[in-house]
Amino acid sequence: MNRLRRILGSDLLWSFTRSPGAMIAATVAFGLCLCALFAPLIAPQNPFDLASLDLMDARDPPVWLSGGDHRFLLGSDSQGRDILSAIFFGARISIGVSLASVALALVIGVSLGLVAGYFGGRVEAIVMRAADVQLTFPAILTALLINGAARAVLGPGRVAGSEFWVLVISIGLSFWVQYARTVRASTLVERHKDYVAAARLIGASAPRIMFTHVLPNVLGPVLVIATINLALAIITEATLSFLGVGLPPSQPSLGTLVRTGNDYLMSGEWWIVFFPGVALAALALSVNIIGDWLRDALNPRLR
Amino acid sequence: MSEPLLEVDRLGVEFVTRHGDLRALDGVSFSMAQGEILGLVGESGAGKSLTGRAIIGLIDQPGRICGGTITFEGRRIDNLRSADLRKLRGKRIGTIFQDPLTSLDPLQRIGDQLVETIRAHLPLNAAQAREKAIALLGEVGLPAAADRMRAWPHEFSGGMRQRVVIALALACDPSLLIADEPTTALDVSVQAQIIALLRRLARAHNASVLLVTHDMGVIAEAADRVAVMYAGRVVEIGPVADVIARPWHPYSRGLMGSIPSLREEVDRLTQIPGAMPRIGARPEGCAYAPRCPKAEPRCRMAAPPMIEAGPRAAACIVEPAP
Amino acid sequence: MSRAILSVQNARRLFDVSKPWLERRLSGEGRRYVHAVEEISLDILAGETLGLVGESGSGKSTLGRMTVGLLAPTAGHIAFEGGEVAEAARAGRLQMIFQDPFASLNPRWKVVDIVGEPLLARGGGGDVKQRVAELLTLVGLSPVDGEKYPHEFSGGQRQRIAIARAIAGEPDFIVADEPTSALDVSVQAQILNLLRDLQRRLGLTMLFITHNLAVIRHMADRVGVMYLGRLVEIAPTRELFAAPRHPYTRMLIEAIPDPHAPKRDRAPISGEIPSPIDPPPGCAFHPRCPLAFDRCRRELPKLIGGVACHAVDEVEPRTASPGG
Repeated sequence: MNRLRRILGSDLLWSFTRSPGAMIAATVAFGLCLCALFAPLIAPQNPFDLASLDLMDARDPPVWLSGGDHRFLLGSDSQGRDILSAIFFGARISIGVSLASVALALVIGVSLGLVAGYFGGRVEAIVMRAADVQLTFPAILTALLINGAARAVLGPGRVAGSEFWVLVISIGLSFWVQYARTVRASTLVERHKDYVAAARLIGASAPRIMFTHVLPNVLGPVLVIATINLALAIITEATLSFLGVGLPPSQPSLGTLVRTGNDYLMSGEWWIVFFPGVALAALALSVNIIGDWLRDALNPRLR
Repeated sequence: MSEPLLEVDRLGVEFVTRHGDLRALDGVSFSMAQGEILGLVGESGAGKSLTGRAIIGLIDQPGRICGGTITFEGRRIDNLRSADLRKLRGKRIGTIFQDPLTSLDPLQRIGDQLVETIRAHLPLNAAQAREKAIALLGEVGLPAAADRMRAWPHEFSGGMRQRVVIALALACDPSLLIADEPTTALDVSVQAQIIALLRRLARAHNASVLLVTHDMGVIAEAADRVAVMYAGRVVEIGPVADVIARPWHPYSRGLMGSIPSLREEVDRLTQIPGAMPRIGARPEGCAYAPRCPKAEPRCRMAAPPMIEAGPRAAACIVEPAP
Repeated sequence: MSRAILSVQNARRLFDVSKPWLERRLSGEGRRYVHAVEEISLDILAGETLGLVGESGSGKSTLGRMTVGLLAPTAGHIAFEGGEVAEAARAGRLQMIFQDPFASLNPRWKVVDIVGEPLLARGGGGDVKQRVAELLTLVGLSPVDGEKYPHEFSGGQRQRIAIARAIAGEPDFIVADEPTSALDVSVQAQILNLLRDLQRRLGLTMLFITHNLAVIRHMADRVGVMYLGRLVEIAPTRELFAAPRHPYTRMLIEAIPDPHAPKRDRAPISGEIPSPIDPPPGCAFHPRCPLAFDRCRRELPKLIGGVACHAVDEVEPRTASPGG
């Protein structure tokens, strides 16, 4: 109750109500997330239920064009699948992958950054050099590399069915660096503050100081990065899926939908690629705008 | 006393925030004579720095002057356009801030900064300006001034930098110096040097100094008169020796009693209970009443007016004039 | 005379401020060290308040942190009741009050957790909440303040919270490092009075560090004066202020503006404090000292009879009383 009142009275909410961009973005992102979350309940059709698909319905244009079918608001694809339903289910997978991979990157990056910043010395040197090396490759390349390695290790037989986690690991491992660097930098500042010295005098152990004292104080910037990375992860997942190393067409994410729809662009069935593409762009853009707003709102120097 | 050099009359400054307009300064009035050093003392948040900044038109957003007038050399300056204010600032009013590093450009040699300032305001050619700059550096006590012209700010110690800042402030022979905590960032042994220098130069140039500080010791050493500020108002003003020896306002008395002395021993320091109210939480009436041992119900009704007695004045309706 | 509770022997502390290895190689520079504390020996007696006074770079804070084990000496030894400082620290017998009450309290913790942490750390299960409430009352706050966060308090109140935390574990020895420098004078008086009361009530031994001579005079039983990492004079407070012996102490006392006894237009100390990376040879104060002679530039004065000064040594033994 008390906490709720604090949130409602906070500067963050105040600044939110004063930035229309963030409000629109939040509405779009929240709407898309709701659609994704409740896809099985609200989608007009279950696109994965092969029994409900009818090839007779294939490649219907959106409902407002001539030849449109009222059952397929945004048209249907070559299998007679409803595009709108595919988008709902695709967003579900896209958001799932990016949330899980950002969480993984967060855990790895924050832990390594905390340890590096708090202990310094050789531990720090090793972690930060590794981070530097990884930074010289674009994240998408790292993700491709890890993805390829995972597939090679698992073998084609076992990859089927675990593509989701392969994706999560490859995206997660390619995004940890930013967290580690940010957390290390803030930890370097925090560990010299006197509340850490006071905790040491009380006899608190190093892990206790790191996780209960320092961690809550370095999470602010991490939150911002995580939000912006969420958008990046959505794009990365889409790119990987588009390149064919992501999720298979039987379990399509937004990226997979764009990839399969791409083939029909030339034959005039633009809606098959256009609407999933729009959904993807809207999702990534709105999450990104929220991240930007959060960064500005949390930055005390700009306030 | 003839026409005062600076006259601040019922100055008000407010900050516009989401919680409404907060009054930071509320009816601040004082005047300064030519050549006088007036100390402005108070605790953090009392509004002493803000007063200094308001005079030179350097109030940070979202603050603004919301009442009263500031008259300098016979003309109003509180409503000047920023270009005119800037001209005034460099030429007639010099400023010295707490941290000398913020007043000096780290990427420009000391000499260049001085010459540039001098030439911006005085009709001198490069050689004349350089000569004046060297003279100024010598005056503020930099040894081998001519050689120091090519030095960078970072090559100087804190005390040296503050000397350069004083030279910069004096470059155009201003009639008023605003010195905001000029010694606070310095070590005590250096602090004494800077106070002595400021006093000597103000006398030599016949400049008035508004000395803003939280340190009663500095005021006692340097100022002729002192204005004590509390919660955005001046509560007492008068000659330094009088205010220190026989403070009139209960706040001034509490303040003096709470400063430990080097020369005498006391078992317990006088302590003022509580803390100064925050800017948005100032009470009705006398802002000091909640902490005041002498407060009466009528103190809480309306802000007490300044009561004058000879050269002194205090905003207290309970305490009789000393 | 009571026994020494903490004993510092020839303690020394350097800080490495060298440039990175590659840069050093390229410019052919060696390593550089800040000589923060140089060969200091002193005893702190049980129940007393020892004041340490000095300007920036004097090493007083470094010495303070060494006495509670937050920093290890580079050389020399510090013993607490004959044992290791680290051990005493682990047992919760040493505590510290810091200068900046905004940095010394974890902004994400509630006051009850901050003050209760030492209690929990010592396994004092029991009713921590009850004990925290008592502690808050003891330092002049209200028990309901426990549910608030540090940012809801003023500087003086935060320092009270820090004091409550420091005494929560019932330590024997507290270092107060400039505890009032960040506060306004009227609040400073409250905190100084509180510290004195608590010290008397709890029988604490205290090391009180400050740059403010008037504060130290008010708080300390004995005073040590530091200059550039060395102890230049140590004496009972009354003696030190009545008859300062080291030229630096004298100048320092002379330099402080005192509103209770203002003096105008006196000759201030000339010069500024040299860099502790590269202190002057001999007595570090000699470039600013009016009494300096040849020997001061060559030879480091030892602390004899409470003062480290060649000029005093050569003149005073005949006039001053021994000891001090």
